[in-house]
Amino acid sequence: MLADKDRIFSNIYGLEDPYLKGAKKRGDWDGTKAILELGREEIVNRIKASGLRGRGGAGFSTGMKWSFMPKEPSGRPHYLVINADEGEPGTCKDREIMRHDPHKLIEGALIASFAMGANAAYCYVRGEFFRETEALQRAVDEAYAVGLIGDNACKSGFKFDFYIHRGMGSYICGEETALIESLEGKKGQPRLKPPFPANVGLYGAPTTVNNVESIAVAPEILRRGSEWFAGFGRPNNTGTKLFLISGHVNQPCLVEEEMSIPLKELIEKHAGGVRGGWDNLKGVIPGGASVPVLPRHLCDDVLMDFDSLREQQSGLGTAAVMVMDQSTDIVRAITRLSAFYKHESCGQCTPCREGTGWMWRMMKKMSAGTAQPDEIDMLEEVTRQIEGHTICALGDAAAWPIQGLIRHFRPELEKRIAEVKSGNSQAA
Amino acid sequence: MNEQAQMSEQPTNFGFSDENAKAAEAVITKYPKGWKASAVMPLLDLAQRQNDGWLPRVAMDYVADMLSMPRIRVYEVATFYTMYNLNPVGKYHVQVCTNLPCWLRGSDAIVGSCKSKLGVEFGETTKDRLFTLSEAECLGACVNAPMMQINDDFYEDLDSGSTESILGELAAGSKPKTGSQIGRVSCEPIDGLTTLTHQAEARAAKLGVA
Repeated sequence: MLADKDRIFSNIYGLEDPYLKGAKKRGDWDGTKAILELGREEIVNRIKASGLRGRGGAGFSTGMKWSFMPKEPSGRPHYLVINADEGEPGTCKDREIMRHDPHKLIEGALIASFAMGANAAYCYVRGEFFRETEALQRAVDEAYAVGLIGDNACKSGFKFDFYIHRGMGSYICGEETALIESLEGKKGQPRLKPPFPANVGLYGAPTTVNNVESIAVAPEILRRGSEWFAGFGRPNNTGTKLFLISGHVNQPCLVEEEMSIPLKELIEKHAGGVRGGWDNLKGVIPGGASVPVLPRHLCDDVLMDFDSLREQQSGLGTAAVMVMDQSTDIVRAITRLSAFYKHESCGQCTPCREGTGWMWRMMKKMSAGTAQPDEIDMLEEVTRQIEGHTICALGDAAAWPIQGLIRHFRPELEKRIAEVKSGNSQAA
Repeated sequence: MNEQAQMSEQPTNFGFSDENAKAAEAVITKYPKGWKASAVMPLLDLAQRQNDGWLPRVAMDYVADMLSMPRIRVYEVATFYTMYNLNPVGKYHVQVCTNLPCWLRGSDAIVGSCKSKLGVEFGETTKDRLFTLSEAECLGACVNAPMMQINDDFYEDLDSGSTESILGELAAGSKPKTGSQIGRVSCEPIDGLTTLTHQAEARAAKLGVA
């Protein structure tokens, strides 16, 4: 188990003062100027060497992403955009960073912006997080007041501004180009790529969009060294990570642990175990709503990291673990997620706009047991028609939970249909 | 996507209060010159707050003129994002999350309590115009499920009893406790810290059980 001294988020539960005085006591803003003096290239190299992979779900190398920004000044400004539009069902980690450890985010934003030649960062916070925005704004005001950010950030001679922009209720704005559109004052509809944001992003300028957690861990990595961070987890899956355990566990919670911790250990050590014991487990969605469910037998040994979960045809996503015990109507559970994706489709691409509604209606029939047996294959086929055929990943995200359900719980779907057919249904 | 249609009777004029006019100017300065349209979302939010929680057409037009945007662009924004209420809402907008993590922890019962206590269905407002009840998608407090949002505050770790008493307190004009309703400071395990254990005393103090 990770030792407390190796935890980055030392106030994640908000038990101490989240603001400047408390933050400094916990080591934030310590030697920030010296970190900036390493220079752009060295900062990027050290983040690369730490193995940090983006914490928003896709898991792309953060250092690599930073390195895509133009190195030579072109006359255009550069921007860092922080994605705090946390909306993936099961996920509530960025919320706790913003309200309990906000200075880690602001310091990280300064360092990341410096490393990319950006003089401004926009933090796009989902609108429902009103109190979290207040907390973050208070921390930003504090940082300005003492010169940690502003015209001469940390007396480094570097000018840096941090702006908060509130979203207004739209899951799709968590997609980076939809977020940029939204920041520009438009509907949140994803852009076709290329051009990628690193070339043409916010206001047509080079832009990098990073998740809150990715940015907030950067200062500590640079203070303690890439090797320190890379020493946790497995190769290619390094570092510490915020995990969220919700659903049918005795103590739902958020916890920072070592990457690659076994799923079972995570649940039993921190979340008080599955309600009714491990054998009462039916399945786990290990990384937020858009990754496929794992049935019980795969949960015994799987490790919580990008590669291990991928091998099981699921994903780490946002590390939001949703636990379902034997009492769960798993078909209804996935149907609820289908309703969510139908609601959140932006309507731009036909396969997603029409497909999410079609899949939801079909899932309702599966749920009620009124579908035909051959419609299971038809549903699977349609998910394949949506997956990979849309501008952004929302189509994929809507398809994968259903694919996971059919892959692992097909007998349950068939049984329900058979029961309704024979007239002795409990489900209908 | 926002799925409301603008149905209600529309007021004929709208203008920012002096205070909000100043706030709007401050918002606009956050964005680069020439990109005033970036301020459309915060300005519509300001307008909605000034107008008892909903956004009439004249307010959209007012914001469009202020930002030199074609009106249709502002309508597009107002009808895309779910937090803009295109019709009047009650003094308290009760939004119950029914997404998977909340559902697994009993959001059906929370919905039932809200409906019976308030006597309305989703999308309806009580006759005294105090409460509007809505179904919400994941609000991002999943380890504190089930939960609901009322205006700007989250109420977490709910059961039927706490849900009804929160609604009762609001109806009586008092301010219920926000956040967790079952003796948690925030997102820590309820039976005691498994990490950051040196903060156990601070936790006990916050919970008032030192």
